Amino acid sequence: MTPVMPSDFDPRNAEPEDFVPPGLPKDIANTTGRLPVGDPEQVPDPAEVEVPEDLREQIQTVVDKYPDSENSGSPKSAAIPVLWIIQRRYGWCTPEGIVQAACVMQVTPAYLESVASFYDLLRTSPQGEHQVLVCTNLACWMRGGDELLDSFCEKTGADREAAGHGGSLSEDGKVLVSGFECLGACDLAPMASVDERYFGPLENGDAARIVDQLEAGEEVLPEKALERRGLAGGVAESTDPRVTEGKGPNR
Amino acid sequence: MIEETRILLRHAEDPKMATLAGYESYGGYEVMKKALKEIEPEWIVNELEDSGLRGRGGAGFSMGKKVSFLPHTNDAKYLCCNADESEPGAFKDRELMQRNPHQLIEGIIISSFAAGIVHAFIFIRGEYDDQADILDRAVEEAYEAGYLGQNILGSGFNLDLVVHRGAGAYICGEETALLDALEGKRGNPRLKPPFPAVQGLYGGPTLINNVETLSNVSHIVANGADWFKSFGTEQSPGTKVVSISGCVKRPGNYEVELGVSLRDLIFGLAGGPLDGHEITAFYPGGSSSPVLTPAEFDLPYSFEAMAEAGSMLGSGSIIVADDSVSIPRMALRTAHFYRHESCGKCTPCREGTNWTEKMLERVCTGEATPMDLDIISSVQDNIMGHCLCVLGDAMAMPVSSMVNKFRDEFEETIASEAAKAWSMPVEELAGVGAGSAGDPVGRTSPGVPPGSPADPASSPGRDVPSGDEPGPGGASPETLRRERLAGRSIPDGSGG
Repeated sequence: MTPVMPSDFDPRNAEPEDFVPPGLPKDIANTTGRLPVGDPEQVPDPAEVEVPEDLREQIQTVVDKYPDSENSGSPKSAAIPVLWIIQRRYGWCTPEGIVQAACVMQVTPAYLESVASFYDLLRTSPQGEHQVLVCTNLACWMRGGDELLDSFCEKTGADREAAGHGGSLSEDGKVLVSGFECLGACDLAPMASVDERYFGPLENGDAARIVDQLEAGEEVLPEKALERRGLAGGVAESTDPRVTEGKGPNR
Repeated sequence: MIEETRILLRHAEDPKMATLAGYESYGGYEVMKKALKEIEPEWIVNELEDSGLRGRGGAGFSMGKKVSFLPHTNDAKYLCCNADESEPGAFKDRELMQRNPHQLIEGIIISSFAAGIVHAFIFIRGEYDDQADILDRAVEEAYEAGYLGQNILGSGFNLDLVVHRGAGAYICGEETALLDALEGKRGNPRLKPPFPAVQGLYGGPTLINNVETLSNVSHIVANGADWFKSFGTEQSPGTKVVSISGCVKRPGNYEVELGVSLRDLIFGLAGGPLDGHEITAFYPGGSSSPVLTPAEFDLPYSFEAMAEAGSMLGSGSIIVADDSVSIPRMALRTAHFYRHESCGKCTPCREGTNWTEKMLERVCTGEATPMDLDIISSVQDNIMGHCLCVLGDAMAMPVSSMVNKFRDEFEETIASEAAKAWSMPVEELAGVGAGSAGDPVGRTSPGVPPGSPADPASSPGRDVPSGDEPGPGGASPETLRRERLAGRSIPDGSGG
């Protein structure tokens, strides 16, 4: 079980027996493509799948947090958090990673695959080392979100058309650039989520700076980080006696 | 100029508010301690119902009623805090969780105590990674302080709280889809009834409330229902954190009493339109609310007034569009979003959002005829109320409101885009039929020059062509938008 496809594997002119036998990825998984590993409809046999001990523990801890883990059968509540663990470990939801998770959770790989393919943030293809999600929804579009996405594509060489429809990797394969639906930061418009942290409002020129900073391993635009931002209304002390004399928290 | 009435966001600019020690230094968790020791759960439920607190997530349903619907049995009951804030325009929960996570946790503990719930979840959208980390830390602190877990503070009450991260799907903000996602499935809505209060998570009775609603709970329990009702209007009591974004000078979250005028919100707090521009339309309650126009600026911002104006307060998110925003393109963006996010379970929504987007694309490339606008309207009518959840309705309402209120602009866009595609002046084209209903201009004619927007072979996919040439009546909104962006100076809005 768990054959690993070599990176130059071409499904069009290869037979299944050409797969290289096991050898679990230690770090970023090196497989490509979406061919299932093993039988996706069978719950993996723990005796046949090698799961790193720390990964097994991590998954089990999450599964135990949900009340359905006390039920008989296979608890599924942890599916999304477990897929997050796989994605954080291997860079994306690799076929091997899904089999490992399915083995610990005792569900079928097909089930986890179906969940992973439903959600935008769970990637079923390689997504590079860094992810830049540019919001192109209403408020950001009004303030220049499309133009910001253009600038990111220009800087990284990512395909603009593909970036607008699910994401495109930069020329060196290190940065994923993707247009995205509302990220919930319309006050920062136009904004982008860089490696899961929010930055805005961004000028088009900031795109090049962000990519350079990512490549150099530096902190990204600290002055435009959401966490450094104050309340829009500033520091304001209410004079309303109902508020100042109110009980409860925030006194 | 109006002042904010900060209850939930009070002292929120203080960074230590995000920690347990900081929150307690401002009187945090005292209500919870008192409630667990001295207050009867029934009294809390009554007080919540009395206060008239309406759900802050969109539907505006009475929170106290929701709690009272839960059966008084010893079955496993669940509480889910809906923090999957994905509505375009809404970002208030992000602010509340980031700045004051313990206020939410205290609200969850008190609500769970009142309803006899022992398992609670916070379902936070996957994009809010920073905020989820903050919540994780806050929950850990609360466990260490003994405010969560078994036999809390010796009261015999148990509560487990799990922070569950979603993974990017707007539909999971719908309460039954959220339950499916929490159960580890694809987020598809369920048929209602049974409502979640009867049969929800793992088949048990489930209370689902928004972050802001639950954040209000400890304030109501501490001060009583009458105090809460002294804020806001009769039917919309309390304060509301309003997210204002789009073409305004100071976008951001402002906490005000419900019932303040829209003018005070948009012009007073958010600073009004950008210099040299005028507001043409705005969504009063997130992207799924029908748009309103400047004629409605003096309406009070409350659930009832917005409903009376034919729109809704929804999640309390105002997105402002000015004269540099093309309304047909704004309708297209809106439709595109819902097409992308439709889960595909119900046909009217799956097909309706898809075809609406395609028709609006044709409007924006000049391939449509005015008759198509009527078809768009009829498609919206056929989506409304015909699906398991309201995602389809959430597109149908704003799109049909835009087509109805701005029909002239849609027709102008069709005519000017067709003129560009045909490379002939719009007056001549009018003779061929662009202005008259029913004639299929641009769809069947061989006169479409190659490489023009109307040429399907060169159509750049779903993103609509630029439209950067001036239309017949001077500069088109799209040109204005580009000009504004070229010389834009972004207000920092950090407020100091």
